Amino acid sequence: MSAAGDRPIIEAGPEGGFALGPLDGLLNLARKHSLWYLLFGTACCAIELMQTGGPRADADRFGFLFRPTPRQADVLILAGTITYRMASRIRRLHEQMAEPRYVIAMGSCANTGGLFQGSYSVVKGGDLIVPVDVYIPGCPPRPEALLEGLMLLQQKVEREPYLRKIRGELPLPADPWPAGKECKE
Amino acid sequence: MSPAEELATCQAALAGALGEAPTVGGAAPDPAGAAAPAGDAWLEVPAARWREACRAARDLPELGFDFLRSLAGVDRPEAGRIDVVAHLFSYRHRRALVLRTSLERAAPELDSVAQVWPAADWHERELWDLLGVRLRGHPDLRRLLLPEDWPGHPLRKDWQEPAEYRGIPTRREARATAGELAKQTYLAPRGLGRDPAGGQPDGGGGA
Repeated sequence: MSAAGDRPIIEAGPEGGFALGPLDGLLNLARKHSLWYLLFGTACCAIELMQTGGPRADADRFGFLFRPTPRQADVLILAGTITYRMASRIRRLHEQMAEPRYVIAMGSCANTGGLFQGSYSVVKGGDLIVPVDVYIPGCPPRPEALLEGLMLLQQKVEREPYLRKIRGELPLPADPWPAGKECKE
Repeated sequence: MSPAEELATCQAALAGALGEAPTVGGAAPDPAGAAAPAGDAWLEVPAARWREACRAARDLPELGFDFLRSLAGVDRPEAGRIDVVAHLFSYRHRRALVLRTSLERAAPELDSVAQVWPAADWHERELWDLLGVRLRGHPDLRRLLLPEDWPGHPLRKDWQEPAEYRGIPTRREARATAGELAKQTYLAPRGLGRDPAGGQPDGGGGA
């Protein structure tokens, strides 16, 4: 029996079923359904971020749980306008997250500076300070858009040769910069 | 009492306290009250007597301006001046007043009024941060909004934005090189930057 590509075969049965596939694929199956994000926001996008974690959008059903500390978080969601004063804090939070770690730029400000591109005090995009995996347009993006961004990140995690990376056969960390092919911008 | 009469009352009371009458500036209120003025009229006091005037505006019973609504600055490079404007309100008399003073733009300095209205504390820090007005006697004159190592005071009309701040480009077009900067040089002096040689713990792939 062979799996198609790296994706595990999942068989549901009356006694619970099973999943069969390469170890890489099985690990990624677990990883993509436990992407915990840091509870962190810098401006109004954070309101939509909270809404996404709330009962209506219910991000929990995909395994997106918020963590209040970067040490337990896999995903940094840049939710809101980033000022230069905040940039060093964001960089430090990112450094405190364990590998593998991912970054989502949520909304116009985190993508490009957005409305405040002419301002002296606003960073013109989160990718100028940390490497970004997924860009979500919107001002702010609705919870549905954020969920779509998180699901795009799931696709990326699913395709990663994770096992070979932690064995040291591939360079670690997998730095998405400057490819950023998952850009939705 | 019409706005013109209120302003005249305030002017007279301040003149009594300072020994000289503050001048009326701006759109003078129409005595008949027919046409709405373009903006609030103000009383201009000499910079040297700013704190004295503010204290009188708060303490004189006929003025009683117990609430500082706003304290802001105006850069006027063509005149070589920076103006400081205080918007006051009196709950006792249900009356507003605009006090204004003018400073030398080359070295703007003014007495702090944080002891008169505690609300002035952060307003004055903003004045220092964005316009570079030094407030004498302020309890804690640090920048309010911008980082401590920020170059200059950005609400000055001749302020020039530098090409980058601590390795972060200030323009979006610079993105191609920004990635390299973000990876290597940003905050490196403080030990926060990533090691340029790529020395990462990789769980067994080392030499």
